[in-house]
Amino acid sequence: MEAIIQQFFNLDIMARALPLVLAGLRQTLLLCFIVIPLGLVGGLVFALASLSSSRTVRWSMIAAIDFFRAVPPLVLLIFVYSGLPFAGIRLSPLTAVAVAFFLNTSSYYGEIYRAGIESVGRGQWDAARSTGLSAVSTLSHVVLPQAVRNVLPDLVSNTVEVVKLTSIASVVALPELLYSADMARSVTFNASPIVLAAAIYLVMLWPVVRLISRLERRMAS
Amino acid sequence: MDAARPPILEVRGLRKSFGHSEVLRGIDLAVAPQEMVFIIGPSGSGKSTLLRCCNRLEEPTSGAVHLGGVDLMAPSTDINAMRRKIGMVFQSFNLYPHMTALGNVTLALRKVAARSRTDAETLGMAALDRVGLAAKAKSYPGELSGGQQQRVAIARALALEPTVMLFDEPTSALDPELVGSVLAVMRELKAAGMTMLVVSHEMRFARDAADRVIFMDHGVIVEEGAPDQIFAKPREARTRAFIAGLTRS
Ligand SMILES: Nc1ncnc2c1ncn2[C@@H]1O[C@H](COP(=O)(O)OP(=O)(O)OP(=O)(O)O)[C@@H](O)[C@H]1O
Ligand SMILES: [Mg+2]
Repeated sequence: MEAIIQQFFNLDIMARALPLVLAGLRQTLLLCFIVIPLGLVGGLVFALASLSSSRTVRWSMIAAIDFFRAVPPLVLLIFVYSGLPFAGIRLSPLTAVAVAFFLNTSSYYGEIYRAGIESVGRGQWDAARSTGLSAVSTLSHVVLPQAVRNVLPDLVSNTVEVVKLTSIASVVALPELLYSADMARSVTFNASPIVLAAAIYLVMLWPVVRLISRLERRMAS
Repeated sequence: MDAARPPILEVRGLRKSFGHSEVLRGIDLAVAPQEMVFIIGPSGSGKSTLLRCCNRLEEPTSGAVHLGGVDLMAPSTDINAMRRKIGMVFQSFNLYPHMTALGNVTLALRKVAARSRTDAETLGMAALDRVGLAAKAKSYPGELSGGQQQRVAIARALALEPTVMLFDEPTSALDPELVGSVLAVMRELKAAGMTMLVVSHEMRFARDAADRVIFMDHGVIVEEGAPDQIFAKPREARTRAFIAGLTRS
């Protein structure tokens, strides 16, 4: 028991690792602020393109979404960071992460938006268009507000996944939360920094997870 | 019909196919200003499709639609501008559930007619008042009865000051006790001189409000005439059979 506390819940070690871990947290938050808005906007573009009336646009978009959802994000990131240089495209770690995440998370968000847009009945389009609203106005004032409300739990759930996924940025040596904690572990020969990182993830995400449950309950009623 | 007055809405040689099935097979129809025309016919005869072609919610396969002399099919026609002049009311109301009654009525005023918020709200309140629902301006559709929702939908169309209104079975989704309130609004519109094209099987209402009744079957107009003639002495066997069915139910 004593050994477990020593190895995993060593407050002394945690205190020493704290600055490094907090620096990692800052990096993780920065990543989130880049990657989540990018995904939310990109997803909307993907969704609209996949609902386009042009068959070519529609099918190529659906194919792209399927592709980027099927490829493991880690593989995608390694390809963007280490593969593209062979084609003469060299990206900084942060840019590589942004590009890989854009492709991956936009595809997931895109699928969610698409389901949301399709959940809004054709009657809403008919009503809005019959009053002279353009397709764009109909989307932004009538369809999207309802679509987003209908899939809000899924959008938030996906966002939680994205936050957790930012830890893969460590493979391109971007010192995010998990990477920093792991550095601290290797210097201190102690797992407590990892536990600290886990605790930080928990504190960040647990309220969001609760929120999802409440949203889901509200939707069901 | 008064031959001297040019029609306000005119449909000529209208055809519409969905894939291989031809749903409208050459419709000719002219509606005079202030006229109230009823369209009746069996399910699937193309009544809704005809209405939806009148504002190009459904793209006609061929044929012409003119509103007040403007060719709605012409590439140069701004269809969104023309749609403001063609009010449409649906069987299932199709109110925007995330907006109040007033929000529903003012959306197009603000986004299409480019009115300021205050202007739009003044016009919107006037429209709600015409359907007797000014008091419900702040209510959401989910808080209104079916009859009230349909009247808000009428106000939404009315607020844009249309020259023609299209009604697609406006009362058939309503509980019987709520039908009267919607018909009363339509009667008032008629009295105020609105031109209306109405798909409805409210026979009693048609008999005392309609100027003309059109019977459609399989995508063609089989017969048309004054309501008394169509309902009491239909010429065509198909019309007779359909009216007999209506009367029984
Ligand atoms: N978007 C569509 N795609 C394919 N077929 C359609 C579409 N809309 C209508 N139809 C078909 O066209 C035919 C006419 O439909 P329409 O809705 O105009 O009939 P209706 O006279 O209004 O019938 P009801 O009294 O049931 O409302 C039907 O066979 C219907 O299945
Ligand atoms: Mg119909």
